[in-house]
Amino acid sequence: MNAYWINKFRFASPATFYPLAGRMLPWFALLAVLFAAAGLWVGLFVAPTDAQQGEGYRIIFVHVPASWMSMFIYCVMAFWAAFGLAFNIRLSAMMASALAPTGAMFAFLSLLTGALWGKPMWGAWWVWDARLTSVLILFFLYLGLIALARAFDDPERGDRAAAILALVGFVNVPVIKFSVDWWNTLHQPASISRIGAPAIDPAMLAPLLVMAAAFLAYFVTVLLLRLRAEIAAAKVRQLRLLAPLPGG
Amino acid sequence: MSAVLVTLRRDLLLAARRRSEVLTALFFFVVVVSLFPLGIGPEPAQLRRIGPGVLWVAALLATLLGLPRLFAADHADGTLEQMALSSQPFALLMAGKVAAHWLLCGLPLVLLAPVLGLQFGLDADALGILMISLLLGTPLLSLIGAIGAALTLGVRGGGVLLSLLVLPLFIPALVFGAGAVEAHSAGLGVRGHLSVLGAMLAIAMFFAPWATTAALRIAME
Amino acid sequence: MDGLSQFLAMGGYAAYVWSAYGAALMVMAVLLVATLRSLKRREGELVLLQGRTGRRGTQARPQAEVSGGAAG
Repeated sequence: MNAYWINKFRFASPATFYPLAGRMLPWFALLAVLFAAAGLWVGLFVAPTDAQQGEGYRIIFVHVPASWMSMFIYCVMAFWAAFGLAFNIRLSAMMASALAPTGAMFAFLSLLTGALWGKPMWGAWWVWDARLTSVLILFFLYLGLIALARAFDDPERGDRAAAILALVGFVNVPVIKFSVDWWNTLHQPASISRIGAPAIDPAMLAPLLVMAAAFLAYFVTVLLLRLRAEIAAAKVRQLRLLAPLPGG
Repeated sequence: MSAVLVTLRRDLLLAARRRSEVLTALFFFVVVVSLFPLGIGPEPAQLRRIGPGVLWVAALLATLLGLPRLFAADHADGTLEQMALSSQPFALLMAGKVAAHWLLCGLPLVLLAPVLGLQFGLDADALGILMISLLLGTPLLSLIGAIGAALTLGVRGGGVLLSLLVLPLFIPALVFGAGAVEAHSAGLGVRGHLSVLGAMLAIAMFFAPWATTAALRIAME
Repeated sequence: MDGLSQFLAMGGYAAYVWSAYGAALMVMAVLLVATLRSLKRREGELVLLQGRTGRRGTQARPQAEVSGGAAG
């Protein structure tokens, strides 16, 4: 039984994962570029003009995938945090600190592009609709994670503290989403009926999904890079402990 | 259960000797609440609208004040480690500390809020609902806040970092707590809001101690 | 050329649309570059240290890596 699990977790060993990540990197980078090219082509050239929003709607091809990624990354982070804490697997525990900056970036991008979409369409740079507000709160959660992980002198403790925070936040995320939706319906501003694509034309859905795939591939690429960096950093710390240099 | 009472009594006794700290948080609450009419203007209809939200936000901030102290003193003199190593369940001992925090920081807010609510021209019914929402909400805030306090224990920049971590997690309580009072003003039922608040409290009572003790163990390494 | 200028104008929304795409590109590029630089730096340190200690890190206890270290 033990041998079986040790074999299963073979890839969880940083030493094994490092070269594996290196081999996967070029493929995901390539996928990201290909999907992005396809998505941009279809989104900017092929997809038809929207009846109400004209050409301006094309921002959603960046805005919506960014929102999806910010939420998806949080779920991935929470999953690996739970896994890493439960089984004391070093690689999983690294996930929270490795993923949080990327998640924060996507959340920020979602907010920024949301504002750029909202201003011409609904006349305001910021509107308190349910999705934007949820992403804003998610952004705050990411910032907290980044700050917490960095505040510890010992990165391993910082990683584990961030993992706990990620889990606590994860329990909260559906609650936050629910409460923001509730709050939004309660305080429905009269001028804004519903921000969000009503029934989306399949011709517009396709580039959306392709761009989402592109962002996903990009995310995996960055993740692999960050994990390699974390593994290398951990190794550096280990070597420094074993062979103290004179005067250091 | 007695484990909870042990730390509860101890923290209450310790706080009794340092009454000024507790009172400072209350004064903070009063002052912050008064800032809003000063900043926004005393127009009664406007104040009545913002009143519940203002009181709730002030309650969030006042709760934050007491959190860094929750574990710091015990951690500094080694009592926390003793508690972790003792035969009593660590989670229950910590629950006692959180309960003490609520009695000292949360309950006074519940009692003080109706008085301050008069400043905003809220009627008796609204004040009653405000009290109930705070009664359900402040323990929730203490429970969530304790997780933040444990995570930032002994960490550089602790107090501010604590606020950054904990305030987003407070948002659901804020939305449903203040929302309950506003729903009442709008003539809608408050049961929904209050039950969600109660459900969140129940969930927190289950999850929060686990997260708090896990975070404390990291802090004590 | 008329097609191109029309495309760039984006039906009057050019400022918003291109800012959005531009911001996306820039932000993602910044993250990528920062990540690559951090990786290069760490790997550089690793090579340096491995050179100094004269061996390729610890040879003993490969199994210890799997459980993440007992003290982990």
